[in-house]
Amino acid sequence: MSTNQQLTEAIERYVNGEMSGDELARFEQYRKENAEIDPKISEQKRFNSVLKQYGERKELEDKLNAIHSEIDVHTLVEEMTVHPAWIIQLWRNHHSKISVAASVAIFAVLTTMFFTGYFSKNNHGYEDLSARIAKVQADQSKLRQTVSAAIKGSKPGRPHLTNPGNYKGTGFALSSDGYIVTNNHVLGARFDSLYVQDADGNQYRAKLVYAEPQYDIAILKITDSDFEGLGTLPYNFKRTKPDLGEDVYTLGYPEGDSPVMDRGYVSSQNGNKGDSLQYRVSIPVNPGNSGSPLINSKGNVIGIVTGKQTDTEGASYAIKAGYLYKAIQNVPLDSLGGKLTLNNKNTLVGMNRVQQINKMQNYVFMVKVY
Amino acid sequence: MPTDSEVILGILNNSETVLKRLYLAYFPMVLQLIINNNGNQDDAKDIYQEAIIVLYNKVKGGEFELSSKLKTFIYSVCRRLWLKRLSQMNRYGGDIRDFQEHLPVEEDVELHSDRDIQFGKMEGALQLLGEPCKTIIEDFYINNRSMQEICEKFGYTNADNAKTQKYKCLQRLKKLFFQQK
Repeated sequence: MSTNQQLTEAIERYVNGEMSGDELARFEQYRKENAEIDPKISEQKRFNSVLKQYGERKELEDKLNAIHSEIDVHTLVEEMTVHPAWIIQLWRNHHSKISVAASVAIFAVLTTMFFTGYFSKNNHGYEDLSARIAKVQADQSKLRQTVSAAIKGSKPGRPHLTNPGNYKGTGFALSSDGYIVTNNHVLGARFDSLYVQDADGNQYRAKLVYAEPQYDIAILKITDSDFEGLGTLPYNFKRTKPDLGEDVYTLGYPEGDSPVMDRGYVSSQNGNKGDSLQYRVSIPVNPGNSGSPLINSKGNVIGIVTGKQTDTEGASYAIKAGYLYKAIQNVPLDSLGGKLTLNNKNTLVGMNRVQQINKMQNYVFMVKVY
Repeated sequence: MPTDSEVILGILNNSETVLKRLYLAYFPMVLQLIINNNGNQDDAKDIYQEAIIVLYNKVKGGEFELSSKLKTFIYSVCRRLWLKRLSQMNRYGGDIRDFQEHLPVEEDVELHSDRDIQFGKMEGALQLLGEPCKTIIEDFYINNRSMQEICEKFGYTNADNAKTQKYKCLQRLKKLFFQQK
């Protein structure tokens, strides 16, 4: 047992139980004499067992792999998978296509919305109140005018216009010499001539003096030779902010040839989608009311009725009177016959509403656009 | 499906027929567990085979008591092994979808993982050992071939030369094995 090799072989044989008789006895003797041999023996034992286990496991794995290869795993997987709802599967299998389709759809919708003016100020649900005269209403109007003319007897020799016009709105006097304000949108994009009609049914030819589309304000002047002036205006214009909940009323021509009064209250300092040009007013108004004065209980004009929200009940909008001042300042002087100054004396204060309306209605006109 | 005691006896007798019947009997159950818990069919194969090895070692070591159903034992081991692997891969969401009842098998799995480490070391050492040493060692220690057979297979002139070669190979293998971390 001189060399390591011989020793290792001896240990191996000893561990494997291959020694017998004399050899075993000699090895046992040697083991007793050399204590350092015991660790080598246990190491050999351990190593052998690991090697053995390695071999067994290798063999077992080979067998298992052979068995496994006979299983149709794919079919089993199909059976075992807990199938998610068909919609989830559809998404998993086609999500890229679905995403592309969705993007295209969203783009198409946005494009359509853009080109149909959804994003512009006068958007969906907002309605200007100039009336495009319907056939029925036109017939009614003709009838009413004929009757009213027959009863009252209009001025002789004066041709009476029975055509109700393409657009109709309301306007009210800014001064006694025939300046009238209305909404710019009442005039439409193109027009041939303008007429205003008072509560008594008298019609006067008018011209456009100045338009401020930005504020939706148009200033007209009665140019008719029959026009004799209006007399001093009973109301003035109030630029300061109204209080929320303040009672207001309006006088306009939404229906027929008679002025219609509607009342309500200021519901917000800002208008459609927070538009600071307008007040929001809770008041029932209708097509034809565009350009009507919005008057508070003291007889001050605080705004010009201009539109309403068709989606929301009771949401109407009026341009703030302050913008009327701004529009007047912007009027070029040479287009005015004389200086246009707004009346600042209010004679309606202290009157009740019926009295106020009686006075007011002589200064509120139907605006007809041809 | 083989009965549990059939399987135990079959393992003790190294019966390949029983092994096959066992394997085929419970694979679908394990496949179902794995593929419905973030795994695929290859994961299922690995896990299932490990569990069979665990069972084998347990039975061979005489430790397996038929206190629980074999099916439950295999399922529990697979479940434990898969949870471990999921957390190693950071894919464990804290929730596992179960299909069978299961028991705690931590000890068995721990024992297995120790053996697994030894196995891995040995496999690595043998790879590093290279030929012809690897085959000589495998033939002698695992396949129980005699030195005479090995001598003829590798064309050594006499058995002593083969012995010397085997000795050198074994020394190197031991060195490689104990060096591995």
